[in-house]
Amino acid sequence: MADSVQAAVRNPAQAGREFQATGVKLATLPPAHRISLRAPAASVAALSKALGLTLPEKPKTSASKGSRTALWLGPDEWLVIDDGANDPLQDCAGVEALHSAVGISHRNMAISVTGQGAESTVSAGCPQDLSLAAFPVGACSRTILGKSEIVLLRTADEAFRVECWRSFSDYVFTFLTEAARDASA
Amino acid sequence: MAEPFRISGAGRLTPAKTARFTFDGKPFSGIEGDTLASALLANGVHLVGRSFKYHRPRGFLSAGAEEPNALVSIERDAARKTPNVRATVQELYDGLAAHSQNRWPSLSFDVGAVNDLASPFFSAGFYYKTFMWPKAAWKNLYEPKIRAAAGLGVAPDQPDPDHYSSRFAHCEVLVLGGGASGIAAALAAAETGVRVILADEQSELGGALRFESGSRVDGQDGFAWAQGAVAKLAAMDNVRLLPRTTAFGYYAQNFVGLTERVTDHLAAPGHDLPRERLWQIRAKKVVIATGAIERQMVFADNDRPGVMLASAARAYLNHYGVAVGRQVGVYTANDSAYAAAIDLKKAGVNIAAIVDLRDNPSGPLIDEARTLGIELNLGRAVVKARGNLRVSAMVVQPKNGGAERTIPVDALLMSSGWTPSVHLFSQSRGKVAFDDATRRFLPGAYAQDCVSVGACNGTDSLEASLDEGYAAGAKAAKEAGGKAVRGGAKPKADAGEGWTGGMLGSAPGAGAGTTVKAFVDFQNDVTAKDIRQAVHEGMRSIEHVKRFTTNGMATDQGKTSNMHGLAIAAETLGKEIPEVGLTTFRAPYTPVTFGSIVNHARGPLFDPTRRTATHDWAERQGAVFEDVGQWKRAWYFPRAGEDMHAAVNRECVTVRKAAGLFDASTLGKIEVVGPDAAKFMELLYTNPWEKLGVGRCRYGVMLREDGFIYDDGVVGRLAADRFHVTTTTGGAARVMNMMEDYLQTEFPGLNVWLTSTSEQWAVIAVQGPKSRDIIAPFVEGIDLADEALPHMSVREGKICGVPTRLFRMSFSGERGFEVNVPADYGLAVWEALWAEGQKHGACAYGTETMHVLRAEKGYIIVGQDTDGTVTPADAGLDWAIGKKKTDFVGIRGLSRPDLVAPGRKQLVGLKTKDPKTVLEEGAQVVANPNQPIPMKMIGHVTSSYWSENCGRSIALALVVDGHSRMGETLFVPMPSGVIEVEICSAVFFDEKGGRLNG
Repeated sequence: MADSVQAAVRNPAQAGREFQATGVKLATLPPAHRISLRAPAASVAALSKALGLTLPEKPKTSASKGSRTALWLGPDEWLVIDDGANDPLQDCAGVEALHSAVGISHRNMAISVTGQGAESTVSAGCPQDLSLAAFPVGACSRTILGKSEIVLLRTADEAFRVECWRSFSDYVFTFLTEAARDASA
Repeated sequence: MAEPFRISGAGRLTPAKTARFTFDGKPFSGIEGDTLASALLANGVHLVGRSFKYHRPRGFLSAGAEEPNALVSIERDAARKTPNVRATVQELYDGLAAHSQNRWPSLSFDVGAVNDLASPFFSAGFYYKTFMWPKAAWKNLYEPKIRAAAGLGVAPDQPDPDHYSSRFAHCEVLVLGGGASGIAAALAAAETGVRVILADEQSELGGALRFESGSRVDGQDGFAWAQGAVAKLAAMDNVRLLPRTTAFGYYAQNFVGLTERVTDHLAAPGHDLPRERLWQIRAKKVVIATGAIERQMVFADNDRPGVMLASAARAYLNHYGVAVGRQVGVYTANDSAYAAAIDLKKAGVNIAAIVDLRDNPSGPLIDEARTLGIELNLGRAVVKARGNLRVSAMVVQPKNGGAERTIPVDALLMSSGWTPSVHLFSQSRGKVAFDDATRRFLPGAYAQDCVSVGACNGTDSLEASLDEGYAAGAKAAKEAGGKAVRGGAKPKADAGEGWTGGMLGSAPGAGAGTTVKAFVDFQNDVTAKDIRQAVHEGMRSIEHVKRFTTNGMATDQGKTSNMHGLAIAAETLGKEIPEVGLTTFRAPYTPVTFGSIVNHARGPLFDPTRRTATHDWAERQGAVFEDVGQWKRAWYFPRAGEDMHAAVNRECVTVRKAAGLFDASTLGKIEVVGPDAAKFMELLYTNPWEKLGVGRCRYGVMLREDGFIYDDGVVGRLAADRFHVTTTTGGAARVMNMMEDYLQTEFPGLNVWLTSTSEQWAVIAVQGPKSRDIIAPFVEGIDLADEALPHMSVREGKICGVPTRLFRMSFSGERGFEVNVPADYGLAVWEALWAEGQKHGACAYGTETMHVLRAEKGYIIVGQDTDGTVTPADAGLDWAIGKKKTDFVGIRGLSRPDLVAPGRKQLVGLKTKDPKTVLEEGAQVVANPNQPIPMKMIGHVTSSYWSENCGRSIALALVVDGHSRMGETLFVPMPSGVIEVEICSAVFFDEKGGRLNG
């Protein structure tokens, strides 16, 4: 590469987009490292060690440590998100145990839904029971929002992280905006 | 006096809070809390509409959701016109403008009323009999005239400016109906701490307590108790109250659909509020407390304005403070009408007489009526209502015949008893059972985890309803995990109303052999005579009678008519009611707006619009986009003065002369990872993969089991255990699904995993002789020399300082690269390559040029040149089948006799004799254009373009035995004439493929 060439600038989808209604705030979250991790049960211990957290094995649960969260999506599937500097893809690279790690940092983007109206906002398009009893902090699920697939993670009593694919982000943000408006009405 | 029929001191509204409104342009005044119906009645207006078929004048039958007659149009503004609004449900607001329907030129003089005189021609089964012959009448009479004349109201002709919303909710106990038993159930359930949702269609809960003046609960007036209980519920965190919310559908596993009317009652709804909110609620337990609906008496001209249900008159009096007349007659076979007469009498309204079909009714209500000096006519019938635009008298006769007596009235109240509202129970797939003693259908066997309480369960007294509701609520909550409650606050009825009596079917004077218009179904204008006629014409099942007469098929769903219709049919058939059966109750319980069903899914939210990372750049360049599935793809990039044709010609030539940049990001991408990745690929694709070297690519073909082409795409091997698979744009999701399906069900033993990476990578195709020069300055760590990176290879490295998977491949036939970069870098890398490309004379090109270039090379597009019936051999792709392979999806299908027999359609090129003629895609190909029509079609055009590079038109076609017809002349008959074509190779340009390394 010629020295004069500048490194490509990153243009995340919906960067900086925000919406605020009474009791609900939506915001595009900063880029993060993400991998789709697939592995049989026998590999979980080795991968957990490499990733520095215990991969959850119960449906609809997640595990967090530092900037890293692993979301159980299926019997052999996790979404690992790291908001910090360390790419989980690198951490898995040396693991001998049987697994598949695929980088999807750019495939997904995330929107935070916070405030007392957060649950109602997501409930506009997500058929799951999102009460704290059924969907406590740390609960996660690959589900739908309106006509888009999402991965939903509850990060606090009144906060959700909505992950969706990049090209669905405008739809998902717009849907959440309409829903937030109704939730605050 | 502004409202002559409003009785001072009666009702629960606050007279000072007036609201002005108009009806057919005439100004009126009402009170906040009124319905449109009560406000009109307060002004003495009974005539509000014309009936569906006979255009008969109609007034208010009811005071609730069952209303079949009083349908009006509400106009907020030019775009907000809602037809067929029930005036008995519409809450009054200041400035409301309502209009009557189905009349011309005016409500009181309606030309269509001629139908009433011509009614012998419009008897039961009119449509079935009339719409048979002659055939020409369909075009000239039936569709344009008769169907246009039918129907109520006028649909709005502008887009709906309101918005609608949606909410999913979950609870342990869902209570449907907020009358006494429903409130009691909610109170009991709420005490246990579980989540309770209580929904009711009214603005204020209370149900029948609204009119039952004799009810007292916990030492208070029944309705006041209900408001107190509701306030208590509203204050609880675990309770959600949904007033103005109708449960319209009961679906599988306690999934209930409800519509909340959010702004229809507001004078000035804010823009943030949705007009309606669709609730989709999943409940562990459902308590159905939907009450009962009073039925009319079926006698001659029982539809005259002023003739109404007795309970409705009570509601108008006791809740709204409105007298429905000054000289009121009562016709009943049931005690409850006595209560109406008593309430009105006490409020100072004269009761002309009570006419009771029963010979010797007894009980406190009858005694009280006597004590109040009301004239009782026992064992008698009202055989006719007189009057046209308003009832003027009732004609009374002993029930077995005899002298008639005409009693002047200005309103006539009627009751033939109460029908339990088993609609939602029935929708839940529960089976109703006929109770012989009370002659009504009640909930029988349950199909879902729900329970019916109160009047809808046949429980008549207030005390028993409260007990039943409370017990059911407590039990449901306990079973759903509620905590034990000691000494719950169970409501206690101090006084209540309970009635006996009632009848089904036509009353004396409207029975067999009579031809009077005794209405069973007001909304669809079905009379007792029509039901009997249907039976006489051979209908035996109630389902047939219903369809033949349309009884119960209007938007009111037969709430007041079904039982009468059934009884008349049973009587005519000489059978018992249970033998004739009950029609099925279907959703929706009351009409649901399209807005509510669609809710958020309109405009930009109708469907996700997917855009690539370079979308905005392309837009700035003036690109025209086309929809490919949910994607917006740049179609072509016209420059000033260029039309599509000129732009595509320029782009096509530029790519082959210099280079072009194309956004290929929408292609599906699947990363196949694991030690058995190659084995899996062998099974899913026709091609061999085991020996594909790391860093090499191969064009793969995927079949269905039947041997037909399903998808295709270039696959790169990144490592021994890692493939980067591409699919067609449209096929991305289904290929992933099919792979996952086979992996999980057919090859579960393979250690391989699939991950969609379609959106991880932005893909910039750089095609053309200058392509290497354009990317070279930005690439790090990859040797771009032909020897190091030959055609069909892939390397990982960096471009513009970011990671790339760089494919050397071509869908244009030129030397080409597909630069994959993480999607967020797509725009920056594109812009860098674009700037460099400018130096080399490159252009940006869109999907149209991509299509033309690939067609020039005979590269197929799955879904365009294939249609699900094309094998690899048909498409000239048999080279892509691994000859030594013993298994892959579709291998057995390929050897089916039909797939190896001669006479299959095969993909070939077509050249028109006149090179300037461009064929139409989809056009049919024939061997002899002079044969008679219908001609034998031997093929069709799948792709057709003007090729500026070839200087002529080119086309691909599927033609019977096409591969052995090279050089043959065939014909494409078109409306403008026959086009002569020659069959040729599908490769039109650079047949030897030298340009891939050019």
